[in-house]
Amino acid sequence: MTLDLHLWYVPLLCFAGFALNIIFGRFWSHAVAGVVGVGFSALAFADAVWVALRWLGTQTPYLEQHGNWISAAGLTVPFGFQLDQLSLVMLLVVTGVGFLIHIYSAGYMAHEGGFYRYFALLNLFLFFMMVLVLSSNYALMFIGWEGVGFVSYMLIGFFFRRDSAAKAGLKAFVVNRIGDFGFLIALFLLFQRFHSFDFTSIFAQARTLPVETSGAGILTAICLLLFVGATGKSAQIPLYVWLPDAMEGPTPVSALIHAATMVTAGVYMVARSATLYVRAPQASAVVLGIGGATALFAAIIGLLQRDIKRVLAYSTVSQLGYMFMACGVLSYGAGIFHLMTHAFFKGLLFLSAGSVIHAAHGEQDMFEIRKLSPGGLRKYAPVTFWCFAAATCAISGIPGFSGFFSKDQILSAVFNVNKFWWAIGTLTALLTSFYMFRALFITFFANPEGTAEPSPSHAHPSGQEPSEVADHNTLPHESPAVMTVPLIILALLSTFGGLVGLGDRFTKFLSPAFQTGLPPATGPAGSDTTVFAASITVALLGLLLAWWFYLKNPAAPRRLAASFPALRALVFNKFWIDELYGAVIITPLTVVSRVLLDRGVEQTIVDGGVQGTAWLASATGNTTRRQASGNLRSYAAWLGTAAVAVLFYVLVVGFRRF
Amino acid sequence: MDLLNHSILSALLIAPLIGALLVLLAPGERAVRWLALLSSLATLLLSLHLPFHFQNAARGMQFAQDVPWISALNIHYAVGVDGISLWLVVLTTVLSLVSVLTAWNSIRHNVKSFYFLLLLLQAGIIGVFISLDLFLFYVCWEITLVPMALMIGAWGGAQRSFAAVKFFVYTMAGSLLMLGSILWLRNLTGTFNVTAIRTELASGSVVLAPHTEVWLFLGFLVAFCIKTPIFPLHTWQPLAYTEAPLPAVIMLAGLMSKMGAYGLIRFDVTLFPNASHRLATLVVVLGLIGVVYGGLLAFVQTNLKRIIAYSSLSHMGLVVVGAFSLTTIGTQGAVFQMISHGVTTAGLFLLVGVLYARRGSLELRDFGGIASQMPVFAGLFVWLAMAAVGLPLLSGFIGEFLIFLGAFTAQHWFGIIAALGVILSAMYLLRMTRLTIWGEPNATAAGNAAISDVGTLEGWVLAGLAILTLWLGVGSPLFLKPTLLSAQALQPISAPAPATNTASPLAQLKRGVL
Repeated sequence: MTLDLHLWYVPLLCFAGFALNIIFGRFWSHAVAGVVGVGFSALAFADAVWVALRWLGTQTPYLEQHGNWISAAGLTVPFGFQLDQLSLVMLLVVTGVGFLIHIYSAGYMAHEGGFYRYFALLNLFLFFMMVLVLSSNYALMFIGWEGVGFVSYMLIGFFFRRDSAAKAGLKAFVVNRIGDFGFLIALFLLFQRFHSFDFTSIFAQARTLPVETSGAGILTAICLLLFVGATGKSAQIPLYVWLPDAMEGPTPVSALIHAATMVTAGVYMVARSATLYVRAPQASAVVLGIGGATALFAAIIGLLQRDIKRVLAYSTVSQLGYMFMACGVLSYGAGIFHLMTHAFFKGLLFLSAGSVIHAAHGEQDMFEIRKLSPGGLRKYAPVTFWCFAAATCAISGIPGFSGFFSKDQILSAVFNVNKFWWAIGTLTALLTSFYMFRALFITFFANPEGTAEPSPSHAHPSGQEPSEVADHNTLPHESPAVMTVPLIILALLSTFGGLVGLGDRFTKFLSPAFQTGLPPATGPAGSDTTVFAASITVALLGLLLAWWFYLKNPAAPRRLAASFPALRALVFNKFWIDELYGAVIITPLTVVSRVLLDRGVEQTIVDGGVQGTAWLASATGNTTRRQASGNLRSYAAWLGTAAVAVLFYVLVVGFRRF
Repeated sequence: MDLLNHSILSALLIAPLIGALLVLLAPGERAVRWLALLSSLATLLLSLHLPFHFQNAARGMQFAQDVPWISALNIHYAVGVDGISLWLVVLTTVLSLVSVLTAWNSIRHNVKSFYFLLLLLQAGIIGVFISLDLFLFYVCWEITLVPMALMIGAWGGAQRSFAAVKFFVYTMAGSLLMLGSILWLRNLTGTFNVTAIRTELASGSVVLAPHTEVWLFLGFLVAFCIKTPIFPLHTWQPLAYTEAPLPAVIMLAGLMSKMGAYGLIRFDVTLFPNASHRLATLVVVLGLIGVVYGGLLAFVQTNLKRIIAYSSLSHMGLVVVGAFSLTTIGTQGAVFQMISHGVTTAGLFLLVGVLYARRGSLELRDFGGIASQMPVFAGLFVWLAMAAVGLPLLSGFIGEFLIFLGAFTAQHWFGIIAALGVILSAMYLLRMTRLTIWGEPNATAAGNAAISDVGTLEGWVLAGLAILTLWLGVGSPLFLKPTLLSAQALQPISAPAPATNTASPLAQLKRGVL
């Protein structure tokens, strides 16, 4: 019996929702547009579950093809979709979390203009994401890869009247394109070496190749270039700069695209290419190093942010670093496990933050939110508080919560390979626990110093979402059920979702997708006691420190900052990386283009040469000026004469000479 | 059907001429417009015969016709299409219809003359794409020059006279060099027939000295590089694009630039394989300079039409890179990119035409924040900009991707530099999008407050082009298949067959290999 899963129905359903809303949405009420948008995401999720139920019985790699997308000399790219354990996890996580965020959005966006446009784009996002995770070849994957980038651009700039939003969208797209440049060159090399883009074909050929231990070969080059693409999409050093700015988008978008799903595409892609990476140890070392460095760097920046969404944005960058560390030590299962739990708890954190912002009438600065909520926001928005707290415990690795299990798996795997990066990872875990509990305490708890909270340097770059003008006179309120129910579901997943990984069950389930033709590189199964103890210690220590600094002894942070002003400025200003890129790349490029190329080369040299020749010609005859009278008839006569003269020359003079 | 197959190309050439004649005889403006519309619609329908009856598996020219014309000089009326020209002919009839529809509201004076010239131009362009006789080709090539220069000079913007003269003189200079090459070649081979010349050269019955071949090659090259245009012979272009009236820009950017690129493939690569091989790097480098240089200049322009003009320099540079990668896949990509660029550029120019009609300005500083007033316009703007940016599933990606693969196969650094275009195109097109439709509503430009969204006619034409970009991007095999054998025939050394086993992964799965 051949199984026919009709995988393509899943993206098709999402696309149908997009098409309906983009064409007819303008004429519909919010209710109809919302029902269509949420409805099609529900259908997609239901179909994904139905697919999963049928496929889990067999668990054999599944492939289906629907004609060709490209067919040229030596290259055929089919519309091919495949399902294995890896794609299945992505399929369920993306449609599941996506569906919840669609529901939440119906409440969150209820008072915004462009409601139908929002849902159309959200459905389109799911469409491209499905293409990305279900495709059976790199070229088709690239459709999804670029497509989610485009939707991200449109949604970051959703409040397009705000200049900062439009700029942030542009920045995201262009930075991603820099990464995609690397991805493209990897595709060229794959095509040249393997004459195909199909995963099955490429990996089958790669299995016959040796591990490039002695020197970097073509596989190393391919893996490094693919990773350039991943640093763009998944916001790693040096291309992470777009993600914090992406917080200009509506908060549910930040939850879905810039936390739970799209930004993990790079991790998925590296995991998908496991067969190549295990044969390119130098490339994997780079993945480990960049992942570890990004994890630490972003966590440091996260320590001092005031805007709640920015804290979460840097935390996303940092957590993605963890996933890449896992990939770097070839523990792809652990990386995908963390990808999944991260989708739950980070999605939850952003949605809770959205609920907070909603409750606080559009305010995003955590210290301001605290000022607005006498006695602590948790009194006014208890559901939001408990959900945020659960997610904070999960991301901080408090034992028992989902993030604990996945992060512990990663740190154990890294520990077995490289103690240095394990130490970095553990330090990052400490910082994570600290800045997340800091966010929790500042946002939800009453100011222990009373209400007279000074708010220095009010220059936080975030804006308020346009229609939600902060109204500081009314007290905060809990969000409606349409928003809190998704929160509760995600809170349950964040709390208990890690249990699927107990005893390496999740990793074992995934392992058929990572059969690379080499023995798995991980060390002893289970968790080393050193790692285990260290993880628990830093998680609790971070909690404790945050409690001490922000609840117990609230003057301490200011005193500490005052003793190290330069360090504080460095971290608070995010190491001036954006300014550095601006000064070193963007400004010189613009100035060179405008002055040297446009005024210099183009207008003076290239065109100047032409004009000079023309001037010489006209100086001799002085005819060009006379005919330049703008009169149609004189033109016709002049040009007609010229054309006839040329033809005459050809016919009579020319042929006589030859 | 046989009769139709043998006369379809002549019908395509004559139909716009009949239309032009009828326009001349028509009594009023209304009649002129409708006759022009009918003529271009009829030509479009006729041209659809070609893809429906084109034999993908057949080599050589199809729908061919060869009648002695001036027998004393051995000049023939010889026409035919192959995979290189097939879609260009269809593109011509499609964009001519678009141009006629655009002129409907934008051309207000001397309507009769304008439509007459437009239809004459259409006939000339079709002639260029179907001619197999060098003399016929040259006549058609020159015929296109005159109406275009007149359209710029009489209906253009403030600097129209200067733009028209510069365009005319510049391209005429190139044409004369090409004429020299044509006559010299005729002298050497005794015929104007392209197919015959190729056969003679390939069989060795006529042998060109290496330097002769190079000079002949260069004569054609300069003319085509000016027309396309290719750096550094492009400076007539921003001026002409800026000054020309909208319907003329669509013909100029959408079609006439393709004449140059088409000529490079049809004549330079086809007739002079050795010279092409020797000078390929030079031509590719010029194309690559165009890609990067055009992209950077587009990034700093402040006028919408100039942005699109320099983006054309960048995108057409890619076409040249693909053609002179001298690979089958690169050539297929070049042909596809020409079609895609024709559609997207026409669309982008139409969009800025919509703005010009409402605001009388094309300066970026006069716009910004108009998405609120013009939601449909904004949607179409983003769509067509993305098609030009090369978002997969829209048309731009396929051509670029195949060109990159071909270029990379030829020389790694060709492909790598060409691929820089994907970053640059995102930079300048998104900058243009941001400054035009996104952002704060522009308070200094008073006219924007009451700016109206696209009208019915504008909207449908734009939507049609947008859907075309989607069709090209999703259903590319339909458009690529006819080009395969023709592109293959151009390559001096046939491309190596893929070394992998060709069984589909599906079949391998079923056999349990995996």
